[in-house]
Amino acid sequence: MPRKGTPGQVLTRGIWRENPVLIQMLGLCPALAVTNTVENALAMGGATFFVLFCSSLLVSSFKRFIPQEVRISTFILIIATFVTIADMTLEAIVPEIHKALGAFIALIVVNCIILGRQEAFASKNSVPRALLDAVGTGIGFIIAMFLMGALREVVGYGSFLGYPLFGSSYEPWIIMILPPGGFLSIGFILIALNWWQRRQLERAKARELVEGALVGRAA
Amino acid sequence: MSGAGNGEKRVLPQAPGATPPAPEQKQVPAWRLLLTLGTAGALAGLLIVFVYQATQPRIQAYKAMMLRLAVSEVLKAPARWDTLYVVDGALTATAPEGVAAGDTVFLGYREDGVRVGFAITGAEPGFQDFIELIFGYDAETNTVLGMKVLSSKETPGLGDKIEKDSAFVAEFEGPEAPLQGVTAARATGAANEVDMITGATISSRTVIGIMNHQLERLGPMLQAYLEEAS
Amino acid sequence: MGDLFWIFISAMVVNNFTLFYFLGLCPFMGVSGRIYTALRMGAADIFVLTIASTCAWFLNTYILPAAPYLRLISFIVVIASLVQITEMAIKKLSPALFRALGIYLPLITTNCAILGLAIFQTNRGYNFLEGLSFALGGGLGLTLALVLMASIREDLLFSKVPEIAKGNAIVFIIAGILSLAFMGFAGLLSV
Repeated sequence: MPRKGTPGQVLTRGIWRENPVLIQMLGLCPALAVTNTVENALAMGGATFFVLFCSSLLVSSFKRFIPQEVRISTFILIIATFVTIADMTLEAIVPEIHKALGAFIALIVVNCIILGRQEAFASKNSVPRALLDAVGTGIGFIIAMFLMGALREVVGYGSFLGYPLFGSSYEPWIIMILPPGGFLSIGFILIALNWWQRRQLERAKARELVEGALVGRAA
Repeated sequence: MSGAGNGEKRVLPQAPGATPPAPEQKQVPAWRLLLTLGTAGALAGLLIVFVYQATQPRIQAYKAMMLRLAVSEVLKAPARWDTLYVVDGALTATAPEGVAAGDTVFLGYREDGVRVGFAITGAEPGFQDFIELIFGYDAETNTVLGMKVLSSKETPGLGDKIEKDSAFVAEFEGPEAPLQGVTAARATGAANEVDMITGATISSRTVIGIMNHQLERLGPMLQAYLEEAS
Repeated sequence: MGDLFWIFISAMVVNNFTLFYFLGLCPFMGVSGRIYTALRMGAADIFVLTIASTCAWFLNTYILPAAPYLRLISFIVVIASLVQITEMAIKKLSPALFRALGIYLPLITTNCAILGLAIFQTNRGYNFLEGLSFALGGGLGLTLALVLMASIREDLLFSKVPEIAKGNAIVFIIAGILSLAFMGFAGLLSV
């Protein structure tokens, strides 16, 4: 199979099949730290998407002018610039969310997802393809953040996006919004993912067996 | 070679842009490496400064508004207030130059010019992490006027009651300093008692401690300033 | 002095860098398979953290007041260079140590713990000694978490883990339990 995918593949593989957080296990720090509510999770997802998109745009546009030896440093410089911009913009527009996300906005700089995409894809592909890749990976990241945030907020606060879900008799599982909850949440989501993947595998195997038997009979 | 994307002088030594034809190892000269990094750095700096100028006004305005709200709340909506700085063990109205100021204290006035009291901030480690709060204090009657938690990371559902439990917050409207925290069972009704939150005694004690320690430290300065001003 | 001690203990166990602030998770997942590697990574981390803290303090005190918006960029540049220089220095001074640390040194650059430390230190306005205390406590806490996880994982090899939980899933669940255990340290130094 050719290494270069079709544009459609470039776009969609980052979303689920090669999801940066759940499959590639990158960018874990923000995924666990700020996902105690859906609002924070989406805000962080959005900020990371912005940085990823702009960095890929710049790196891909100027890849011919960046010598190999200093490429990592240049990538980091570009990423850090956009993170600083995102940080200041968030503080000016949504100061409450900015306070909730705190230092983790700045930590987007060392989010291995962004540097990884620059190194592996954006620096070696045309601008349109690099942007597709960035969009796909960014969406994948937002989906992962959303899943974590939804699980933790619904169970840990009994609300979704601030709207209470269960009425006042619900005793929230506070643990889910505390640090252990972050670890447990992603653990449970991974277990669910594993279970689902095994089911797919078994179904595929069963299908093969049936087809093989049919073919054998026909032959 | 220039990294700027919009038609400045493009001094391309060779054409490294085209896919490198032969696998001959071109030794990239050090000056070119530095130039790339330098240009990238300069452009980055410019972009950041631009966004900084654009966003600072809103950020400062928000900070000022939050401060206004906090002081207003603990001093029960004064008409205006003076900002005073602690310099060399005394309060002054002029902001000290250069080195970051020590504490800042606000003195609120009612419309008719009568002094309401001082608003003082303080922070100390609580159960999980630092608790930061602002409280109002009337130096003439030696009573605490009100309290507002500015930032806390205490346990949700327990320690965070120091901000969410309105009964606890209301405890700080009127007790005499120095404050004495008591559990509900041991309350004797003294004027300086404050009921602590059941299940969050450490957080409650920290809140009380912050106020007592600040008053211990700043009390004499506040008195001195009032005497001078009268 | 009491303040310094509180900062140290708080960074080490009460607000553990990995189990409470979620910093340094990539190496945590990758390196905690064996106690041998966990210890080496932890040691390298402590070393880089203390130097990074000093550099951050220096930048904050003397250079950044003139241009606060350049904070992030200057931090990351300094950290990247720091790791590079450390690597070269160790290679020269002690080839044995260099081989032992191996690939872990360059991995530290993207370790959010280093940048996280610099940012927290800035936000809290720590002076030089407080920053060092913070870095030492944080580094020891990181190492503690790594080694604990590694010893559990080494034992895990001999346990029956359910199929669907094998791999990263069980590691996260264990990390969650460890984090829960460390919550017991809260309130350690209070009245």
